[in-house]
Amino acid sequence: MSTKQQLQSAFSESLGIEPTQVIDSLSYNSIAEWDSTAHMILIAELENEFKVMLDTDDIIDMSSVAKAKEILAKYNVEF
Amino acid sequence: MLADKCILITGANRGIGEATARLCAKYGAQLFIAGRNGSSLHALAEELGSEAHNSVTPLVYDVADELAVKGAFRFIQQSTGKLDGLVNNAGLMLDAGLAMSRLSDLQQLLSVNTIAAYQHAQLASRLMSRQRAGSMVNLCSVVGEQGSAGQSAYATSKAALSGMSKSLAKELGSLHIRVNGVAPGFIDTDLVAHYPDETRQQVLNNISLQRSGRADEVAELICFLLSDKASYISGQIIAIDGGIKL
Repeated sequence: MSTKQQLQSAFSESLGIEPTQVIDSLSYNSIAEWDSTAHMILIAELENEFKVMLDTDDIIDMSSVAKAKEILAKYNVEF
Repeated sequence: MLADKCILITGANRGIGEATARLCAKYGAQLFIAGRNGSSLHALAEELGSEAHNSVTPLVYDVADELAVKGAFRFIQQSTGKLDGLVNNAGLMLDAGLAMSRLSDLQQLLSVNTIAAYQHAQLASRLMSRQRAGSMVNLCSVVGEQGSAGQSAYATSKAALSGMSKSLAKELGSLHIRVNGVAPGFIDTDLVAHYPDETRQQVLNNISLQRSGRADEVAELICFLLSDKASYISGQIIAIDGGIKL
């Protein structure tokens, strides 16, 4: 599975949305499914999927799918 | 009671932390025991691992060292990928009146008793939220609940921990993560070993059961709260103090 697919899967499973909904512009609180609780689950999924431990500042900044890619790149995850 | 549960206990090399580690091992948990004293921690891990055939891993770090805490959780993440229980036990005590308490003393108490517990809860919640289950137990204090003359700095740090426990119980409830506090009274541990006989007797006179508590009695309560037997208990600060009045 590519890292893009891993990311899509993590978002889809943690937010409970269709994989097709996981696009770069999808942002925090823009849909009912991505609330603060789901955000916690999402962070846990991303950390598990990519075997990283995110800094709190990065968790706060992770406001969209595009931003998630940008942040994960700092942890040597390439998309 | 705790079979297959993966539990992290801070301040595990003495007092209530050590008693909790021993009991958790007896109840079948897989343990991460944290503390600053490497030699005693390794000795305890070896003893518990051989006695109960459990996996007991010592993690030597200072709970007030933010980077070291992250390192410990990274280790847990990589070795088990999950955490079922967290016991925020590591703590400091200070017996000093308001006029005799330095702000640096208060900051140190807050750093160890409150902020470190907060960071552990923050990181533990991320491991627990994946499995949508978990139990956190914070070592609060009867001093934080009732107040105690001459212990205002300690009370401040422990009352904050109680507030944190109740708030996190509400915030994490939807993820099926339970958060509770235990509030021990006068327990025979190193923290009160320096009390003169006269002071000790004064305290005992204010306890309904007329005796001090034992670390293993507190450990039983902690293990209960960690277990599924306490599956409907969250947001509580449970006193274990023999009926003390401060």
